[in-house]
Amino acid sequence: MSVNSQLQNQSQTITSSTKQTPSFFVRWLRLLLKSKTGTIGLIIVLAVTLVAIFAKSLAPHDPNLINPAMMLKPPVWADGGSSAHILGTDNLGRDILSRIIYGSQISLAVGISAVALAGAIGVFVGLIAGYYGGLIDNILMRLVDSFLAIPTILFALVILSIFGPSVTTLIVVLGITNWVQYARLVRGEVLSIKEREFVKAAKSIGVRNNKIIMKHLLPNVISPFIVISTLSVATTIILEASLSFLGLGIQPPTISWGGILSDGRDYIATSWWLAAFPGMAITITVLAIIFLGDWLRDVLDPRANN
Amino acid sequence: MGKFLIRRLLQIIPVLFIISFVVFCLVFVAGDPVALMLPEDASPEDIEQLRESLGLNEPFHIQYFTYMLGLFQLDFGESFRYGQSALPIVLERLPATLELAAASMIVAIVIAIPLGIWSATKKNSPLDLLATGGSVLWKAMPNFWLGIMLILLFSVTLGWFPVSGRGNFSHLVLPALTLGTGIAAEMTRLIRSSMLEILNQDYIRTAKSKGIRDFYVVNKHAFRNALIPVVTITALQTSTVVGGTLITETVFSWPGLGQLLIQAVNTRDMAIVQASVFIIAFFVILMNLLADIIYKLLDPRIKY
Repeated sequence: MSVNSQLQNQSQTITSSTKQTPSFFVRWLRLLLKSKTGTIGLIIVLAVTLVAIFAKSLAPHDPNLINPAMMLKPPVWADGGSSAHILGTDNLGRDILSRIIYGSQISLAVGISAVALAGAIGVFVGLIAGYYGGLIDNILMRLVDSFLAIPTILFALVILSIFGPSVTTLIVVLGITNWVQYARLVRGEVLSIKEREFVKAAKSIGVRNNKIIMKHLLPNVISPFIVISTLSVATTIILEASLSFLGLGIQPPTISWGGILSDGRDYIATSWWLAAFPGMAITITVLAIIFLGDWLRDVLDPRANN
Repeated sequence: MGKFLIRRLLQIIPVLFIISFVVFCLVFVAGDPVALMLPEDASPEDIEQLRESLGLNEPFHIQYFTYMLGLFQLDFGESFRYGQSALPIVLERLPATLELAAASMIVAIVIAIPLGIWSATKKNSPLDLLATGGSVLWKAMPNFWLGIMLILLFSVTLGWFPVSGRGNFSHLVLPALTLGTGIAAEMTRLIRSSMLEILNQDYIRTAKSKGIRDFYVVNKHAFRNALIPVVTITALQTSTVVGGTLITETVFSWPGLGQLLIQAVNTRDMAIVQASVFIIAFFVILMNLLADIIYKLLDPRIKY
């Protein structure tokens, strides 16, 4: 066994010592249950995920079924409400609850895919910029500065207006507008990690650069990455809703929370439930993800915990 | 300080270059606006003629050169919808947006500074829990939804404020509250955590043990130092604030830059889009520069 691989093993044990203990899930579960908000967050996130997966069997009605006889029915507890439509109906007589249930699919799918894309680009750029430094770093960081100077929503608007709104475009747009924060984070981490002994040792015995990046640097930036990604799913869900609200995100007949809200806005004076419930769905989901993210930060990144 | 300013100003140039290049590329990819500018029954000859006169038949680098030449003269081209130069139209909308942004900033500061200091000095008190809980809740609420709910409560139900538009002070209240409380949520959290860190330092203990009253220790000794990270992060958030204005303007039909831009995006009026993006980006960069300067004024130890 060469010194090289021994070093690698050593660094891996340092970075992932928690992952190698046998009672991995038990330990995490215990840590999770210690935090009340973390537990609540996890339960809600799991619930929303399950709702999204089993939307078809959970929704009481076809979400796009137009029923003129049931137009603008208030929720069940209000005067004139019907138990067939617990959260009421919209201006076309469609069931709000069913629409919100189906809307969760798009919110989660877009949120998670966009963050995955942003993370992949950002981690790559951050690793390269942080490790190589010099001119490459300078160029990449000026690029990052430029992206930071353009508000995300503005950038997304411009791209969506050019390529036309669709789910794929939306994911790509949200992905490429969000990579900057990962690039900055990873670069910062790499700048300090590359000065540590194990990286210097690997370098001095001639380990190739891409191997150092993949085997020594990448595992060490995973923890902060997971924390930021979780919180980023929350902001991406809000951003998607905002774009759909502006009419540039998800297009009908695909159902999104932002879209339902946008439809409901015109009826705010007479039918408050149209806009109120989808907004609550967004708020509760995002809140749960933030709780979960904060808990993850406490567990994975003790330095950030003050 | 002078040297620092010059260096900082010079750093702006490449960023502006990249932004202008990105914007140009996007518009180039967007294809030609000719189809939108001519009536539907225009003949192919007419289309070709217009393309030629707009310079759309030139290769990429020539078009970019012409575009940059225009940019140096602050000429973003003509808006086909308004039939006049784009920049004045954009600048005309700027005061409304700045008014909203400034009012929101005031709301945010008025809420966040006392609340942040208070909840840090009385950690884990009911007020602290309320402040931290509130700031998380506000972060989770989509801003446009908050705006709609405020309209529902204060305009539709109570009838206190107008539903939309820009006019006297009462028009400003709801949009400024919508955007301002959103900014305040993040600011409160920052001030609180920054204050908590400072209040644990030795010099605070020394000041307290000298018998200086708590009020002075908190406000004179701690707060000024706690402001440093708050200023930087707030300035870095300018971009988020501007994004927030875009949406708040749409919710309240506020006739600002955001509304203009969203209309322009929908009608593919690219000259307006380019000019707006450039003006907004320039503004954000300027705010970041300002933050650096304030940073230096607040903390004379920082050397550049």
